Amino acid sequence: MPYDYRPFPYTPPPGLTAPEPRHKVVIVGAGPIGLALAIDLAQYGVPSVVLDDNNVVSVGSRAICWSKRSLEILDRLGVGAKCVEKGVIWKVGRTFHRDEEVWSFDLQPEPGHKMPAFVNLQQYYVEEYLVTRAQDFPGLIDLRWKNKVTSLSHTDHVTLTIETPDGSYSLEADHLVACDGARSDIRTLMGLDFDGELFEERFLIADIEMQGDFPSERRFWFQPNFHPGQSALLHKQPDNIYRIDLQLGWDADPEAERQPEKVIPRIEKAIGHKDFRLDWVSVYTFQCRRLARFVHGPVIFCGDSAHIVSPFGARGGNGGLQDVDALGWRLAAVTKGHDPAILNAYDRERQHGADENLLNSSRTTRFMSPAPGAERLFRDAVLALAGKAPFARPLVNSGRLSVACTYPLTGPDDPALPQASRPGSVAPDAPLAQGWLIDQLGREPILLAIGQAAPEVAGLKTISLPATPELQSRYLGTAKAALYLIRPDQIIAARWLTATSAAIAAAAQAIWEDRT
Amino acid sequence: MTLITTPNLKDPDRTYAALLAAHKGLSEAETGALNARLILILMNHVGAEVFAEALALARAAGPSGS
Repeated sequence: MPYDYRPFPYTPPPGLTAPEPRHKVVIVGAGPIGLALAIDLAQYGVPSVVLDDNNVVSVGSRAICWSKRSLEILDRLGVGAKCVEKGVIWKVGRTFHRDEEVWSFDLQPEPGHKMPAFVNLQQYYVEEYLVTRAQDFPGLIDLRWKNKVTSLSHTDHVTLTIETPDGSYSLEADHLVACDGARSDIRTLMGLDFDGELFEERFLIADIEMQGDFPSERRFWFQPNFHPGQSALLHKQPDNIYRIDLQLGWDADPEAERQPEKVIPRIEKAIGHKDFRLDWVSVYTFQCRRLARFVHGPVIFCGDSAHIVSPFGARGGNGGLQDVDALGWRLAAVTKGHDPAILNAYDRERQHGADENLLNSSRTTRFMSPAPGAERLFRDAVLALAGKAPFARPLVNSGRLSVACTYPLTGPDDPALPQASRPGSVAPDAPLAQGWLIDQLGREPILLAIGQAAPEVAGLKTISLPATPELQSRYLGTAKAALYLIRPDQIIAARWLTATSAAIAAAAQAIWEDRT
Repeated sequence: MTLITTPNLKDPDRTYAALLAAHKGLSEAETGALNARLILILMNHVGAEVFAEALALARAAGPSGS
């Protein structure tokens, strides 16, 4: 069943008739990243105006693989359950060379997490759920469809000209967050450009509707018999929609390739029958590039406007939600009078995250689309060996799927505690007697005491838990007890076997400062 | 483990001859592909550290260190 694209209503903005007071935050782009940020800010009580030049959700599935970390973030924003309920849950990926399986991975080998490793859900559903959720904050989120930014100037604040169906108006804001995607107008208006690599490769991407009996797995083929010499990917989505990505090669003409008379026969070969309906087609070129800096005075870049990666690692949408996660609580604090220097920490941490995503995506692209010569030689050698020798299988790279990065934080640490929960990491989830640990964390700094009573620290919320088997393995290792200081974005800031109230208070203070 | 750079073959001529024999009759492309598979197999066997040393030695021994 095709998605019912219903336009959102345009309402003439107040600025058309009288100047508006300066806003705290303007968000440009009502895609998943802009909407998520608006909701995050609203949950901190911070108002924002969200501008979008369009008035519908994304056309085509676009970002479809939402990682465990993204689901945890979406859950904190109030739409996680809806996404998991509607989405196709998967954790196993299989990679084939010709018709032989050469490598498989399981992204969530252990139980005891609220959220699955991944769900596949078309971007338009995620946007729809976020728009609906945004309407829970009528005084805080001012969503303006058909409002296009046409000029921008900035000093310590930004001044915008915005075009609407009823003419243009001017708007001022203390901060502007550009969440307007890979072809960001704001980036262009600021005269900024990406640094990085453009790979000479094109992929055809299509959504088809069919009655299929495919398992909920990611399937990737190198040089399949149905698409000789190239690569192909198949993902199952809700509503009997399947996503197919077919490598075209650099010489392909993108306009010709996206025509149904070219697309349909290719897909027939891939799935082996004609019983499907073509829902959406696009052709894309690989890029792995980013802005040198994401914060430019009062203008902040977030999501694809700041960095773009080649697909196959699900690092675009998921990377963008991690940007939101690192920005929301800090920007909220700045709007309440906190020193804006804390935004440098956002810039630093998300550059680190973007670099990790770019590194992984570039490596995948090199494997999938090797340059002639040595790259091609070794890629083919790996594939030839993978069917025969287990050692070669982990070298097969059809995408290293998004997991949250660990920020290089230098907060207090104790090396006796497990590696997975070191400072800079997302606090690992665990089942509690009632509910989940992840639901107890975030929004404000929290001291988590496991296997001991939490010391009293003025102004700091504390949680004390007995050591369950999951908490033991994820937070204690061989220790009997530990203390964890966890940031508003559920990132571990510091940890100790035991600590004084003064040491904890100092680490809690550092969360709000521009420190590594 | 460190890279062994002293003689380590009981019968060097015989092992060297086996390498040549494996390449006999192959086209340049086939020879390249065989070498690539061989390097990957040995890379895994010796591990990352020894491999890094081997890579450095191989580069240093080439013309202009490439």
